[in-house]
Amino acid sequence: MDFQVVVLAGGNSKNLTPLISKDVPKPLLPVANRPVLYYVLHQLRQSNLKDLIVVVEGEDAALHVGGWISKTFVDGLHVEIAAVPEDIGTAGALRAISHHLTAKDILVVSGDLVSDVPPGAVAATHRRHDAAVTAMLCSVPVSGSLESGSSGGKDKTRKPGRYNIIGLDPCKQFLLHIATGSEIEKDSRLQKHILHAVGQMEIRSDLMDAHMYAFKRSVLQEVLDQKDTFQSLKQDIVPYLVRSQLKSEALLNGISQAEENGNEKLSSPNNQVLVSKILANASTPSFHEPYSMEPDGSAQTRKTHKCCAYIASSSSYCVRLNSIQAFMDINRDVTGEADHLLSDNIIGPSPKLGTKTTVGPHCMLGEGSEMGDKCQVKRSVIGRHCRIGSHVKIVNSVVMNHVTIGDGCIIQGSVVCSNVQLQERVVLKDCLVGAGFVVTMGNEYKGESLARKEK
Amino acid sequence: MGAQKKGATARVSEDPEELARNPLQAILLADSFATTFRPITLERPKVLLPLVNIPMIDYTLAWLESAGVEEVFVFCCAHSKQVIDYLESSQWSSQPNFSVATIESHNSISAGDALRLIYERNVIHGDFVLISGDTVSNMLLTQALQEHKERKKKDANAIMTMVVKQSKPSPITQQSRLGTDELFMAINPVTKQLLCYEDKAEYSKGFISLDKTLIADNPSIILHNDKQDCYIDICSQEVLSLFTDNFDYQHLRRHFVKGLLVDDIMGYKIFTHEIHSSYAARIDNFRSYDTISKDIIQRWTYPFVPDVLCGSTAIKVERQGTYRASDVTLSRSAHVGSFTFIGQGTKIGNDTKISHSVVGKGCTIGSNVTIEGSYIWNNVTIEDGCQLRNAIVCDGVIMKSGAVLQPGVILSFKVVVGHQFVVPAYSKVSLLQQPTQQDSDEELEYADSTSGTGELQSEKLNGDIAPDLSETASELGTGGVGYIWSVFEGVQDEEWRHSVAPIPTDKLVKLMLDEDEEQLTQDGNVLSASGELKADSDDNGSEDENNEDSRDDYVFFEKEVEATFLRAVHENVKVDHAVLEVNALRLSYNMASVDCAGAIFYSMMKLAVESPHSSASELLKNAAEMITKWQKLLKSFLHDIDEEIEVILKFEEMCLESAKEFAALFPQVLHLLYDKEILQEDAILRWADEKEGADESDKVFLKRSEKFIQWLKEAEEEEDDD
Repeated sequence: MDFQVVVLAGGNSKNLTPLISKDVPKPLLPVANRPVLYYVLHQLRQSNLKDLIVVVEGEDAALHVGGWISKTFVDGLHVEIAAVPEDIGTAGALRAISHHLTAKDILVVSGDLVSDVPPGAVAATHRRHDAAVTAMLCSVPVSGSLESGSSGGKDKTRKPGRYNIIGLDPCKQFLLHIATGSEIEKDSRLQKHILHAVGQMEIRSDLMDAHMYAFKRSVLQEVLDQKDTFQSLKQDIVPYLVRSQLKSEALLNGISQAEENGNEKLSSPNNQVLVSKILANASTPSFHEPYSMEPDGSAQTRKTHKCCAYIASSSSYCVRLNSIQAFMDINRDVTGEADHLLSDNIIGPSPKLGTKTTVGPHCMLGEGSEMGDKCQVKRSVIGRHCRIGSHVKIVNSVVMNHVTIGDGCIIQGSVVCSNVQLQERVVLKDCLVGAGFVVTMGNEYKGESLARKEK
Repeated sequence: MGAQKKGATARVSEDPEELARNPLQAILLADSFATTFRPITLERPKVLLPLVNIPMIDYTLAWLESAGVEEVFVFCCAHSKQVIDYLESSQWSSQPNFSVATIESHNSISAGDALRLIYERNVIHGDFVLISGDTVSNMLLTQALQEHKERKKKDANAIMTMVVKQSKPSPITQQSRLGTDELFMAINPVTKQLLCYEDKAEYSKGFISLDKTLIADNPSIILHNDKQDCYIDICSQEVLSLFTDNFDYQHLRRHFVKGLLVDDIMGYKIFTHEIHSSYAARIDNFRSYDTISKDIIQRWTYPFVPDVLCGSTAIKVERQGTYRASDVTLSRSAHVGSFTFIGQGTKIGNDTKISHSVVGKGCTIGSNVTIEGSYIWNNVTIEDGCQLRNAIVCDGVIMKSGAVLQPGVILSFKVVVGHQFVVPAYSKVSLLQQPTQQDSDEELEYADSTSGTGELQSEKLNGDIAPDLSETASELGTGGVGYIWSVFEGVQDEEWRHSVAPIPTDKLVKLMLDEDEEQLTQDGNVLSASGELKADSDDNGSEDENNEDSRDDYVFFEKEVEATFLRAVHENVKVDHAVLEVNALRLSYNMASVDCAGAIFYSMMKLAVESPHSSASELLKNAAEMITKWQKLLKSFLHDIDEEIEVILKFEEMCLESAKEFAALFPQVLHLLYDKEILQEDAILRWADEKEGADESDKVFLKRSEKFIQWLKEAEEEEDDD
């Protein structure tokens, strides 16, 4: 397939502090003991999409990520790593690597997407309709919220949040309206002329834009060039393309507005032909057609482009790791209900468990980790080479690599990053512990974020 | 009649148990409470106007009977006597299982009034069908009724079911084929509940707005632009009492339906029932009159077609949809084209061509006449050589030889068009003069209530037509009788929209071009606006969810307060009075006293900056004077610490934005406010505490006033020590 894939892996993210640090940029944040980027790359490899550009924010992060990819995906993937400055937004990142894009169509995937939706299917939908843009939509995940919930547990009672408001045509193939971000909280404003063309629009608030898009390269590059204020794919470029789909400016290269109008006036007899065509044939196969119809086949008065949607089936798994809550959810799901995302076994090869230690279902124990006696682990992920003392209880938590946990610790609903040291009888409830932090003996924390002070 | 009756009884028997429980009732509004059919409706009620030679109300009543309705209440207001007389003399007064009762009113001006009156009469005992007397349909009610009843059983708030039908408006005129304006309906696809009804999307051009709560409550909504409201409603009894409760409900859709949708206290719900293969349409304007007439001739409304409905005069249907009554005198050389109806006793002369038209009873049509797409009612005389295109010609009209009607002309009763006179396109001609006192739109809507006076006028007119009209005869050529109504300003351009004549092609082309330009400009705006908005949003962002409306409100409020304050300064208004005025503003803008304090302080400082000064120290002096003079005003809105903190924050904001000159004086002014006892030290210290955790950029002023705060803290400690 003539598809080039751009993985926007990111680098730093305020939402995820203190989980990520200089040494662990966002793409390498471990989810069930694998960097989150693994899930996307794995799916791409499964779909036989092998021509990849991984865009990372920051040079250092790019080095880390590049190192990991070359170690992990030696076979089959042709990966280029591109470093871009931080805080230039997703559109800015694409703009920066725009000259690398050569294929006819571009698939843009966010590096924090943990999903089992085959990217190949999105690409195929895009090709089938010859669309300018195809967006992958998935059902809104059940738990989790937009706010970075350091108070993880409470948020589960919330009802599913709304991430997007999406308008679809009756066949659910075309994307007619998309609202993101703060627009969702306002009254929706739907464009009448699109509604006129289609007749009816289904407005869904239970779908989420999963940040996987297929673009026609020419359209994408033109929009990037012309609209240099656009910063974000999700909030600027895709809504723009959807808005302007019936009067595409993106493809009207040379023709100035005045000329265009002149043409229309000159060809008014042709317009009459057009009018009669419209009147004669009220139901046209696609709503784009009456608009894109050319009066006599020469002067193109209007241009349209198609914006398509690929709607993932409701049973598929699709979550973005963009908040602490999402991080917890994904870790839980990947070891639990969505364990098919992991291709290999869950408990590492050589865990050493003490006597009377129980590891419940939906748990994961990394290789080389050791646990003392009478420990309990429930619905938690424990990384590699951790040393866990006796009488430790770990519930609903994520413990990363090389963590030392002293005897009698109780960890609930918390994230413990790499190289953390928890001394004896520490109690953590709904806490985030940043990399390398040391919690001294007997301390109790609840709902706090603990991190080393950056020098 | 025979054939139709058979059909009716067969249908009724389809659902016997349904009917056994409760006789189905219907309310038929024989008054449209609109003026779209003027000038014709000044002399005859709309429901009695012939539609393919049969009064409209007969179509409605015939359908009601076939649909299993047993009791119909005909509400008549305008020309009520004519309606009552007609019904009494018609077949409907003597049907066995179908009773038609009339309810007369002389002072109702809207459908709302009508329903309130019917409620008072206490004649409706269960679910009923609400329909107006100008509706043509052949749908089966059984399914819709059943759905309605089942819903009602589950949810007592489901009080109405509206019948809708697929009908995509033209992409160019945004108008359905019935000539009604585009309609936007939001419907829940699962429950079929109606969520939004926007028949004149008046608010924001180019956009249709959906309330955010609708989207929050319904994960999926279908917004329809391709449905037509059939104006057939199945209602529960509560609907009538609702009209009584809300005495300001007038219009069925604009007030009642929208009112229910907006009101979430009572929680009443409206549902829709879509019909697919059957027919339902309401004659709302001249264009729908034309469209529905054609549909009837083309038999979409079967069994409600002329040859079945009036069994008494044998009407034969010939090839290509030509209907001809038995005793038509047709010249050998006359040509009657397709889809044409010729009524009883009509004579047609040599070489006359008629196509796509309806000609009523007892008309006399001369030679060499051309009639295309026109509706000629009864006893019309058309002399030789006349030409009619897309016109409506009422009873008793005389067209002298050679007269021409251009498309869209309406000739009301007994008008005489002079010899070789050309009636310009879209003219409306009547023997009655145009009512003059039509000013506002709203009144126009209900103006048919004055059709009572119209009736009087016509009666008066019958007596002394001749002398009156001879003077104005010139309006319609030599020998012509009648007034050409002038078109209201502004409506002129829109005349073609609702006319019987098809929309001229040049209009369509123009519209298309207009629309293009409009969209381009609109889109430009949209883009720039959203571009600005999103300039700083990041990918995961939804942090910035400020409600813009309230911010706008606050801006207005602030301006008002400032104006009030300036007036107080310039006119030396007493402080007490100023307090009163600001309080009044606070109430009218629904603001808190925090906002007042902020706004007043803002106005004071702004004035201080604006009054002449040459150096910072003078500015400080200005500010000091201002604060000294108006401290009472400010203090009356400072009840607690939060409000005082707001003042500090406001000042900080000003220093950053509108009055940068103060930036250097920040600590001094703060001190001043403290000295004047406008700010307590607690407020300042709490402000300092709050700022402690803020970004560096936010702490500029905190740092500047560090000394002062330090001093305050020390003072406090000393006090504590004491």
